[in-house]
Amino acid sequence: MKNNPYRPVAARILKITRETAIEFTLRVEAQADITPGQFFQVSLPRTGEAPISVSSFTRDWIEFTIRAVGKLTNVLHQLKEGDTIFIRGPYGTGFPLEKYKDRNLIIVAGGSGLAPVRPLIQKALDGSIGVKSLRLIAGFKNSEGILFSHQFEDWADKCDFTLTIDKPEPGWTGNTGMVTEHIRKLSDIDFADTEVVVVGPGVMMKFSTAEFVLLGVAEEKIWVSFERLMSCGIGKCGHCKIDYTYVCLDGPVLNYTHASTLID
Amino acid sequence: MQSFDFNYQQFAEVFARLGKKFRLFGPKRVPGRGRFSDTDLITYADLQNPEDLETAEKSYLSPKSIVFPPDETTFYFTADQFTEPELSDNRETIVFLRPCDINGIERLDRIFLENGKVKDPYYQRRREKLHFFMIECRESFENCFCVAMNANRTDNFATAIRFAPEKVSVMIQNESFLEAFAEVGKKSDFVPEFVKKDSKAVNLPDVEDMPADIFSDSLWDEYDSRCIACGRCNTSCVTCSCFSTVDIFYPDSRNCGERRRVWDGCHLDGFTDMAGGHSFRKDKGDRMRFKTFHKIYDFRKRFSEDMCVGCGRCDDVCPEYISFSSCINKLSDRLSGGKKDEE
Ligand SMILES: Cc1cc2nc3c(=O)[nH]c(=O)nc-3n(C[C@H](O)[C@H](O)[C@H](O)COP(=O)(O)OP(=O)(O)OC[C@H]3O[C@@H](n4cnc5c(N)ncnc54)[C@H](O)[C@@H]3O)c2cc1C
Ligand code: SF4
Ligand code: SF4
Ligand code: FES
Repeated sequence: MKNNPYRPVAARILKITRETAIEFTLRVEAQADITPGQFFQVSLPRTGEAPISVSSFTRDWIEFTIRAVGKLTNVLHQLKEGDTIFIRGPYGTGFPLEKYKDRNLIIVAGGSGLAPVRPLIQKALDGSIGVKSLRLIAGFKNSEGILFSHQFEDWADKCDFTLTIDKPEPGWTGNTGMVTEHIRKLSDIDFADTEVVVVGPGVMMKFSTAEFVLLGVAEEKIWVSFERLMSCGIGKCGHCKIDYTYVCLDGPVLNYTHASTLID
Repeated sequence: MQSFDFNYQQFAEVFARLGKKFRLFGPKRVPGRGRFSDTDLITYADLQNPEDLETAEKSYLSPKSIVFPPDETTFYFTADQFTEPELSDNRETIVFLRPCDINGIERLDRIFLENGKVKDPYYQRRREKLHFFMIECRESFENCFCVAMNANRTDNFATAIRFAPEKVSVMIQNESFLEAFAEVGKKSDFVPEFVKKDSKAVNLPDVEDMPADIFSDSLWDEYDSRCIACGRCNTSCVTCSCFSTVDIFYPDSRNCGERRRVWDGCHLDGFTDMAGGHSFRKDKGDRMRFKTFHKIYDFRKRFSEDMCVGCGRCDDVCPEYISFSSCINKLSDRLSGGKKDEE
């Protein structure tokens, strides 16, 4: 069969990073033209296939940060360096980087929502997007759920970085409270010149975007990323459809003016 | 374009001749297998003899399985090797079907061949083999509303056929079929007609954008308890195109297995389940709303035509006697401000 979009390519695991008890990052050897925010369909023959966001990439490799929650992801969790996974993609519409050029960028990520925005953070920090400034708020339920902690020092050096966990914990000396509380504390935002990205669980995105709207950020300057069940990634299976929108095609990254009109 | 008349014996000759070269697929009566005891089931199946072809009644299932089988292997696995299956039947295929179903397959084309600007190769390789032999439909069956859906007419057919009591008339548009018919038939001036009036009046909502409050309107509530999420309305529908992907391994050799896609539907449980136990549209009323809007509202935003072709099969098959066309009418009433408090 020529040009079968469902046929994945093999990708060798170069490196595995354990992030939390159930989350891990697979770095695989693969090349693709990726925009931050896009995802791949990752699979293992006889086990299954699922959409997984790109959590980092270079010319030579792609990283996926995965939470073991089911059939495929539990098996992925057991793989070793040198093993092979299968990927097809990249799929979906990522972040509109050109819109962030010469703008102040505020990124708010909740929990595993930090994975799909990590390539955006990296590109904002390495100068390739050309943002004026970056403020990053990353919130986690508890300290055990924190992802990518090995990068925090670097991020804190290069941008205005707030890390927070929902509730105080013994031994935790950093920020606490939901991301919304920290959004509320943002001062001196130059609204005309600022774009906002909010990615995380549905409820977190709902309240965080509302917070920004209250602060006075124009709706068309707010961007979110949706997650829906997906079986194909290419607009055929129908699972991800909301109204006329196919999350796998038109999203996962959507402008708030679009996202806020969608009713499942 | 030429037309010919045949008696039934002559038509059987043509049928046999075509059967040598083509796979023949059409509505077929299976005695005693119907919805009620002592009734027949009209389903779509391969046809061996001309008598197999059911020309009078509407089929319970649609012809979509010929392009989109209920369960299709997309890959065979041997260790890490992915192999696409060959088609089990590689012949060009003649499908006998009514105008609504021709329109219905064109709706499937929108999804499988156009949406996302990617062609689905499993669909495409089956679709390319099809030749539509249109069964003329002049009177609407029970529950049909193809006229309202603008799907009662089509000119997308190789031949159009009228099965009258004494004779069969055929109009041939695709010249490659001319010979098979011309040798046996008598020239005629037959031109197919189309249904002009629906058996059931259906009013489509006349809105550009659905107001947000209609999504949570009480109009959907009755379906919460009535619909049992059996999904028959989805499986019988010629335009329902959703599927899920599953991998399996063979019990005797864990190294070998398959990736399959199977029909799925928005009325079924689990259609939106996500990691973390999160799912959308738990209430059946929300599923009815989702299906209704897809069929008669949001598909049009993407493809400039409605998805539903008004075949009425969803009404025919629902074990709970839920009528989709009545639902459309209730929605239209609601949107035009009427009938808020009754029912
Ligand atoms: C655009 C997009 C990007 C995504 N990016 C990522 C990402 O970067 N990282 C990531 O980890 N995930 C990501 N996901 C989510 C991921 O695709 C799902 O978690 C996927 O279902 C995992 O597949 P699976 O086969 O492991 O789970 P499945 O077996 O398919 O599990 C599916 C559902 O069943 C539930 N389930 C599984 N086992 C059980 C059980 N024993 N009891 C009860 N319920 C159970 C799960 O909670 C889940 O709801 C993304 C999803 C989308 C749409
Ligand atoms: S929604 Fe009902 S009437 Fe419309 S095409 Fe599907 S089965 Fe036919
Ligand atoms: S056929 Fe009827 S009961 Fe079954 S899912 Fe459809 S509407 Fe619900
Ligand atoms: S994931 Fe299949 S249509 Fe979007």
